[in-house]
Amino acid sequence: MLTYKVQPKGAVSPGMNTCQGCMIDVIFRNALDVLGDDTVLVIPPGCAAQFSGCGPEASVTVPGIQGNLENSAALATGIVNGFKHQGNEHTHVVVIAGDGGTVDIGLQSLSGAMERNENILYICYDNEAYMNTGIQGSSSTPLAASTTTTPAGKPVNSKDLIQIVMAHHVPYAATASVANIPDLRRKVEKARDIRGCRVLHIMSPCPTGWGYSPAKTVEVAREAINSGAWVLLEYENGKITLGKRPSDLGNVERYFSLQKRFRNAGEEAVRSAGEHIRERYAWLEKMSRL
Amino acid sequence: MPVKLFDGNSAAVESIRLARPGVIAAYPITPQSGIAEHLADEVADGRIRAEYVRVESEHTAMSVAVGAQLTGVRVATATASVGLALMHEVCGVAAGCRVPIVMPVVNRSLVAPWSLWCDHSDTMAERDTGWLQFYCATVQEVLDLTLSAYRIAEHEDVLTPAMVCLDGFFLSHSMQRVDTPPDEDAWDFVKPYVRRNMYLDPKDVMFINALCPTFEHTEMKYQQMVGFGNAARVAKDVFAEFEQRFGRKLHTVESYRLEDAEVAVVTIGSMSGAAKYVVNQLRDRGIRAGMLRICMFRPFPADEIREALKNVKVIGVVDRSSGLGAAQGPVCSEVKAACYGGTTKIFSFIGGIAGRDISDISFRRIFGELLEVKDGKRDSCTCWFDTREDAMDIREVEVPC
Ligand SMILES: Cc1ncc(C[n+]2csc(CCOP(=O)(O)OP(=O)(O)O)c2C)c(N)n1
Ligand code: SF4
Ligand SMILES: [Mg+2]
Repeated sequence: MLTYKVQPKGAVSPGMNTCQGCMIDVIFRNALDVLGDDTVLVIPPGCAAQFSGCGPEASVTVPGIQGNLENSAALATGIVNGFKHQGNEHTHVVVIAGDGGTVDIGLQSLSGAMERNENILYICYDNEAYMNTGIQGSSSTPLAASTTTTPAGKPVNSKDLIQIVMAHHVPYAATASVANIPDLRRKVEKARDIRGCRVLHIMSPCPTGWGYSPAKTVEVAREAINSGAWVLLEYENGKITLGKRPSDLGNVERYFSLQKRFRNAGEEAVRSAGEHIRERYAWLEKMSRL
Repeated sequence: MPVKLFDGNSAAVESIRLARPGVIAAYPITPQSGIAEHLADEVADGRIRAEYVRVESEHTAMSVAVGAQLTGVRVATATASVGLALMHEVCGVAAGCRVPIVMPVVNRSLVAPWSLWCDHSDTMAERDTGWLQFYCATVQEVLDLTLSAYRIAEHEDVLTPAMVCLDGFFLSHSMQRVDTPPDEDAWDFVKPYVRRNMYLDPKDVMFINALCPTFEHTEMKYQQMVGFGNAARVAKDVFAEFEQRFGRKLHTVESYRLEDAEVAVVTIGSMSGAAKYVVNQLRDRGIRAGMLRICMFRPFPADEIREALKNVKVIGVVDRSSGLGAAQGPVCSEVKAACYGGTTKIFSFIGGIAGRDISDISFRRIFGELLEVKDGKRDSCTCWFDTREDAMDIREVEVPC
């Protein structure tokens, strides 16, 4: 049973330990606000694990479990099937996991859950590296970004999670960003009301790992959208719908210049990153017309 | 009581069916595959009313099991060998979150080299993960110990998951006569699952398995340790109740002709039948031989073992796993520790690796050496008792000078 030391506004305790300027808690607060109390959370290790509390202290007012780094989708599968067997098909079983726990070590269990179309909502907040363990590169780290394991800048492009998700024919998937909270909330709401395996991929810039002032998280996230480094889209019933066309597609100079992680990106890297963004966007546009 | 013909895998499935799980998740691996398939059949045919989750790995199977059982339903899974190794990380979660899952493990060697066949390297590698471990000697015991394991693991003073270990092929694929309780009698014994301690329920909020600070982590482990201690007592009670209800005796350790024995072997698993056969032969020749079979390896019944072996002069402990780098096999290490301070001479025997048969011939040789020790004719034994003489020539790599 939960006893309150502090009555939180909403489902998340005030004063989380996330860094200044981190918006993971905005994702948690908004998602839980939309989903309501009838929710069970699965959170793997990573920065989001702060929301599972510490020892006897919880950080959220809904039940949950902190699993292993690679089994969030599998734990959620177990929970939703356990509820189903007991006639409970109303409780939302929701994962909130980082990019590392999703696109790298957790991809297998997520893939299994997507293929079986388990009735879960999987939210991946993407800060494009393993932040909690000290800013190591993940397969979500973009080309040219330096991390503690890609000190000279990452030599290859990131893995395309949303396309992997779409290849599993899930009923609903979408990308979102902390730069556009109304859009994020609308997508969580939509996902909430659909049955089957739903996946949300949310960009969540990290001042600590990306190297920018904590006040600029929204600006950085917005610039990612403007340059096409982050593409807003929805996938529903096999159909892709793209958000507004990026205003400055493929021109990453300004986006890069806001962040220290791209400090060492040379001309060639900047050109190559831009080209990749344009090609990827063209491909998504083509798919969206099908 | 109906008598059926079952192999070990089918006996495991039958006991799972009788325990009425609500969620099943198993990933196929030789020699366990029959369990994963047969459980799917039982669900498809409506004999088990459960959600069958066709998982993509053993890691996921155990994760699904943990997640599902935390909502308050009994779950079923089973594995073997590398499948168990892949589960290892999540086995610790089940144990630490006190989720009393019961899992048949069909013993098979761990790679490398690849082998499909039986030894205990898989479950011995899990012996400190926080699971109870029972080792079966017969197919009947697969059924009986699995049913009992639910009661022991789920007991409110125990709340510790349990592996029921059955030797790959020797038991999993061996057809034997099995007395099977009627469904209602089994259900009356196993009883419905009751969630205790930690669970997931939006109406009674708790967050499970958050980072545990050092100031209370030791105490969480201490609680598990106490659970193991209680399991020893609860196992005795449950076995007594089982015998009363079904007329079959189950053991934590089984003594065989040990009363006045001078030499004895300590066994585990399906090898025990051959050991008993040789004990009988030796007894017929007037040799005071005996056997002690370890049925419950976790919690390790050290006091019972010390008591049972205290008057034996020379003992050979037969391990079915190599215990590489240790001073002896893992079972022998524990038996020695249990008997520490006594005058008994204890020798480690390692064999039966990767399906090599431990036959009556093996036990005659082992007893032969133990008797020579007793008579003062030798002071050491052949630890790797069934190793070929050309061992060092196999896959030998020439190193050019
Ligand atoms: C099996 C396993 N390997 C490694 C770790 C160590 N670890 C904890 S969190 C983490 C990184 C998580 O990265 P991500 O999912 O992107 O979350 P973030 O920290 O960036 O929020 C790692 C590698 C672990 N917990 N489990
Ligand atoms: S390291 Fe980054 S993602 Fe993690 S809490 Fe700090 S700002 Fe947020
Ligand atoms: Mg990350």
